[in-house]
Amino acid sequence: MNKVIKGRVWVLGEDTDTDVIYPGKYLPILDPVEMAKHALEGYDPEFPSKLKEGDIIVAGPGFGIGSSREQAATCLKAAGLAAIVAGSFARIFFRNAVNQGLPTVQADISDKLKDGDEISIDFDKCLISFPGGQVEFPPLDESVQKIIEAGGLIPAVRSKLGIKD
Amino acid sequence: MPHTICEKILAQKAGLGEVFPGQLVTAKPDMVMSHDNAGLVIRQFRQIGAKNVFDPSKIIIPLDHRVPAESEQTATAHKSIREFVKEQNIQNFYDVREGICHQVMVEKGHVLPGELVLGTDSHTTSYGCVGAISSGIGATEMAALWATGEIWLRVPDTLKVVVNGEFPGGVGPKDLILYIIGQVSAKGADYMAIEYYGPTIESMSVSGRFTVCNMSMEMGAKFATVPADEKTVKYVSSLADRPYQPVYADNDAVYSRELIVDASKLVPQIAIPHRVDNVVPISEVSGLDINQVVIGSCTNGRIDDLEIAANIMDGKQVSSDIRLLVIPGSRSIYLEAMELGLLKTFVEAGALVLNPGCGPCLGAHQGILAPGERCLATTNRNFKGRMGSTSAEVYLSNPKVAAMVAISGKIPTLDEYNSELD
Repeated sequence: MNKVIKGRVWVLGEDTDTDVIYPGKYLPILDPVEMAKHALEGYDPEFPSKLKEGDIIVAGPGFGIGSSREQAATCLKAAGLAAIVAGSFARIFFRNAVNQGLPTVQADISDKLKDGDEISIDFDKCLISFPGGQVEFPPLDESVQKIIEAGGLIPAVRSKLGIKD
Repeated sequence: MPHTICEKILAQKAGLGEVFPGQLVTAKPDMVMSHDNAGLVIRQFRQIGAKNVFDPSKIIIPLDHRVPAESEQTATAHKSIREFVKEQNIQNFYDVREGICHQVMVEKGHVLPGELVLGTDSHTTSYGCVGAISSGIGATEMAALWATGEIWLRVPDTLKVVVNGEFPGGVGPKDLILYIIGQVSAKGADYMAIEYYGPTIESMSVSGRFTVCNMSMEMGAKFATVPADEKTVKYVSSLADRPYQPVYADNDAVYSRELIVDASKLVPQIAIPHRVDNVVPISEVSGLDINQVVIGSCTNGRIDDLEIAANIMDGKQVSSDIRLLVIPGSRSIYLEAMELGLLKTFVEAGALVLNPGCGPCLGAHQGILAPGERCLATTNRNFKGRMGSTSAEVYLSNPKVAAMVAISGKIPTLDEYNSELD
């Protein structure tokens, strides 16, 4: 994982739920590339075509409330999202994001930004820099950090179990 | 140190003397559950590259979300699951005939008091109805569990909810939990365990406790549990095929918050679009026209729910403006409803009685909404687009409200509601 991520932001509100992030009708899809085509489609049908590699979502509290569907994290990761910054994350979404190797940052800055702003997230310093300010964020637990650094839970478990081929 | 139920169970399952809120532990769950998304779990399990699951006797797989398969894609996933359970010798596989995963877990005795269960479904919190602690996880995490038999969990803070007072007529567990969600908010119990206490909870059936624990997830809760009592033990005694030990909180256990609710003051509650915590008393939405009514789901698809609805509908006709879908939660509930004549009542009234499963609740199939349509359902979520079109609306209620709406086509006033005998 890059220690510093810079990217263009998309600003979302409070309590962005999993049905909006990844509508239930697409749950039978197994291929992450196909999932990416529906990322946040319930929020804005055009969103999947707007989202570009390296973008960052900045949302209010309650990002990912609702279903345990991992596809909500997988579709965003596969769409090239670099990180999600939110006031808070729903529990299962948070775990799913970590397990997919998608960095999550807890900071409530959604009301300070607009779509298209550039921000920079420094994971060493736990610092977000955005137009007009900076804000610190709490570091992730070390064990959680290790999963993200391994690239997600699958590589982490493979390494733990000593599976190589 | 005194501890809550959740702290004690997590300590046991992590092999530690005691644990404290905030601590990360590696726990070994008693059982793990996946439904149709086992197809995705299998894919992730293959990517891990482990040959065998950690213990086939601890894996439960009921197919329920899209049953029978609504598409070739789902049919293919179901097929891969059938092949996998044979390959791995997973005995507790319930094919499309059996019912909703959470109902099957509880009624087949796959979860018992004092146990820790994880499942790839957010409403896994339901098993607190038998004094267990249980929670939802994602598919990759389940694949790792299948490979290793263990999972990291943060020990949560615990919220104590005490419910006093007798329910007014026609008001019950669904109204209680909707009211609590409205008070606490969709993220008000984020990452927390909830323990339910008080005479109202004690007088509630296992089914009612199921409804309460099931929807506790809608406040962000990680676990929700009702301490096992005589009712719990009576319920599980004929189902349990292994020893179990109920776990209770210490008298002086430390709770991070306490909420006291007076059930005697409640009126029927409705969650209005597009948030589960957007809860209002029925009078605020009385008279609203509805297009579709759904009675079912893991929240309210049990025999007591169907009885309440059938009592209202007996001898009446479903409004010509309404499609009424009745979905018993499991095969055994379906059979019991048949024997009690409830299904006859529904079908005579003009309902579609569907096979047990999740169906329209998550917009999978069997009752998708058109743009601009309104559905009133006894289910658990009303997010935008949940049941089909993103411009459709879903209202959540108890089964009696749902049955009355099916007849009249409109949400009743409180007076109309109270004039209907239970």
